[in-house]
Amino acid sequence: MSAQAAPLNGGRISRGGVRGPIGAFTSRHRSITIILGMALVTALLPLIVTLPPLSGFSAQTVWIDSFSKAGIFVLLALGLNVVVGMAGLLDLGYAAFFAIGAYTYAYGASTFTDLHVPFWILLPIGAVVAAVFGILLGAPTLRLRGDYLAIVTLGFGEIVPIVFKNASTWTNGTNGIAGIDRPLVPGMDCMPAAGQALCFGGTAPVPYYVVMAVLITLVLIVLYRLQDSRLGRSWQAIREDELAAASNGVNTVTTKLLAFALGASTAGLAGVFGASKLVFVSPDQFLFQVSFTVLAMVVLGGLGNMWGVALGAFIIYMIQNVFLKQLNNFFDGFHVPILSDIDFLQYQFLLYGVALVGMMLLRPEGLFPSRRRAAELHTSADLAGSDTEGPDPLGPEGRGDEA
Amino acid sequence: MTGQAGDPTTPAAPAGTPAVADVRDQEVLLHAKAITKRFGGLVAVNSAELVVPKGSIVSLIGPNGAGKTTFFNVVAGILDPTDGEITFRGRRMVARPERAWIEPFVWFIPAVIAILVLLPLQGVLAPDNIEAQLLVATVALGVLIVSLLMGIVRPPWYDALLHHLGVFKSARPNDMAKAGIGRTFQNIRLFQNMTVLENVMVGMHVRLHSNLLDAALSTPRQAREEARARARARELLELVGLGGRDDVTARNLPYGDQRRLEIARALGAEPVLLLLDEPTAGMNPNETETTRQLIAKLRAELGLTILLIEHDMRVVMGVSDRITVLDHGECIAEGTPEEVRADPRVIEAYLGAPAA
Repeated sequence: MSAQAAPLNGGRISRGGVRGPIGAFTSRHRSITIILGMALVTALLPLIVTLPPLSGFSAQTVWIDSFSKAGIFVLLALGLNVVVGMAGLLDLGYAAFFAIGAYTYAYGASTFTDLHVPFWILLPIGAVVAAVFGILLGAPTLRLRGDYLAIVTLGFGEIVPIVFKNASTWTNGTNGIAGIDRPLVPGMDCMPAAGQALCFGGTAPVPYYVVMAVLITLVLIVLYRLQDSRLGRSWQAIREDELAAASNGVNTVTTKLLAFALGASTAGLAGVFGASKLVFVSPDQFLFQVSFTVLAMVVLGGLGNMWGVALGAFIIYMIQNVFLKQLNNFFDGFHVPILSDIDFLQYQFLLYGVALVGMMLLRPEGLFPSRRRAAELHTSADLAGSDTEGPDPLGPEGRGDEA
Repeated sequence: MTGQAGDPTTPAAPAGTPAVADVRDQEVLLHAKAITKRFGGLVAVNSAELVVPKGSIVSLIGPNGAGKTTFFNVVAGILDPTDGEITFRGRRMVARPERAWIEPFVWFIPAVIAILVLLPLQGVLAPDNIEAQLLVATVALGVLIVSLLMGIVRPPWYDALLHHLGVFKSARPNDMAKAGIGRTFQNIRLFQNMTVLENVMVGMHVRLHSNLLDAALSTPRQAREEARARARARELLELVGLGGRDDVTARNLPYGDQRRLEIARALGAEPVLLLLDEPTAGMNPNETETTRQLIAKLRAELGLTILLIEHDMRVVMGVSDRITVLDHGECIAEGTPEEVRADPRVIEAYLGAPAA
């Protein structure tokens, strides 16, 4: 038995991660750690971009604006991580829930329906509506696993934008819904003076940035707590062995539905925020590329590890939407004959492909893996050898069928 | 050695046994009545009969391919029997589905009513009002969704309603765990990448009650329950002899320990009846002996009733109160170890018919 040969401490997973006093603190007061960490990051990011190499790219407000857009993808990645990373259900149509959240806000607060419900009320409503649709998608697909589930969710992801496109009496079709309200700060009159520091506006990205940081913090706290709870254990149990989980009393039906619902509701939050930020929704914002991008972020960041996933999403978004543009400007500035002709933005999916293939070969557990998953992939590859034929990038869902 | 192992009283000698023997005559815990399971033309189990009295250790044996595992899976609620039923504590748990056609109506009719009542209502109220249309569509869709979901999630009141309407569906594996039937698997099915402690805590799932909100808000109730669960899980690990290995990943345990962890995990749900599917398969004589002692200990200390499928005759003869022998899907013998050992049909099933 290869398992016997493994040293015992090799199998230990320490709860806090880092040992020592800091590790002890972080594992005991995780929510406080998250709040402190996020506050630190939120405060430092706008300062870092004023430093030389980055300040040359664009102005601070532009940076902050792209940070809050990146935050949308961080939220999406965190939500998808619940479904794919924790419960092991491969979802290729995740953008659908993003769309549902965005359209919920568009219906609730725009000139299209002439309803003007405040952003702060629609934020939870959008999450709930998306969660309902998550359950709706989850319910018929409960018996499917792996590839089959992926295909059905892919279909769902295609259907939702198509419905928004074609039900034009209800959704204004391809033109989308414009004239969406920006969030208002309660008790503050923002209409005449849009330049006020606390008001949400196209040229005032700071409030969006702060709200996004708070949202991510809350989602991180809740998801970390869930991961260590009875529910999180059942998700992992289902991911590892569905039959054994059921025989030990885990209701696989409700547990999976909850994973779908939670993943979807996080996407719903992102959707509401996104719609309020862009002030415009159209079906083209929610195509398959979005689902794919988010999945790539989750896998590259480190499936199952929330910090990793969040960081991965942030980095990939920044590379894709900021760095590649800058690369164009950079080479244009140097007048290098061939390089200045290349539009790097056009090659972003090529770069994705290369990055994914490279990752799967070199570091299948992602950039910032959870210890557990790193152990999963490495012990099975190093010790068992024939046990898993090459690390499966979307590992969990195949595993249930093995035994 | 053989004689000692064959004596049924040896392993069960601890103090609890006499009391157990009294109860045995009174209460049948699990009763499998005339279970038949066909796969197409193949009859895997043919009207097999099994009685497990409370507090006893009953073994199910038989040569390879006798239908033991099929029978076991029927008892565990994984397969629906073609015929027959299984009662547990007097309650029918597993049988062929009855009047299943009623069920779609239970969730379908509310939706139909919602649509039939609301659509005309909308015509009366405001034919041109887009918001009213939206509202009606949403409500009708909502009712359909909710009723559909009830059919999938099956909350207790939904099951009660179905029961009232005469619908019968077999208990699902997780219902079995909740009712008090724990099980282990022939091929170890641990949660390989979870720690030893986490495995047992998953096993305790049905006895824990904190929900999504408790976890998200990290309520005191949740914290208390988790602490209690962790302590209880440690106790169970101590009981099966895995104390102090809480944080070891399950896959890194030696084989015999993995089997014992599976038992500890099953114990987490506080079962009344424990189904053990070949608990000593692949073990060396030492590990087998430890397991045999563990099985006896489980009954003595926890008052568990145990149903055992086993190949190792020393374990079977040593630990069982009663033995049922299956061959070609049929029960060919039932009785105490001595009776079964002496039964000519059993000898024939295992060794072949004597030359005529």
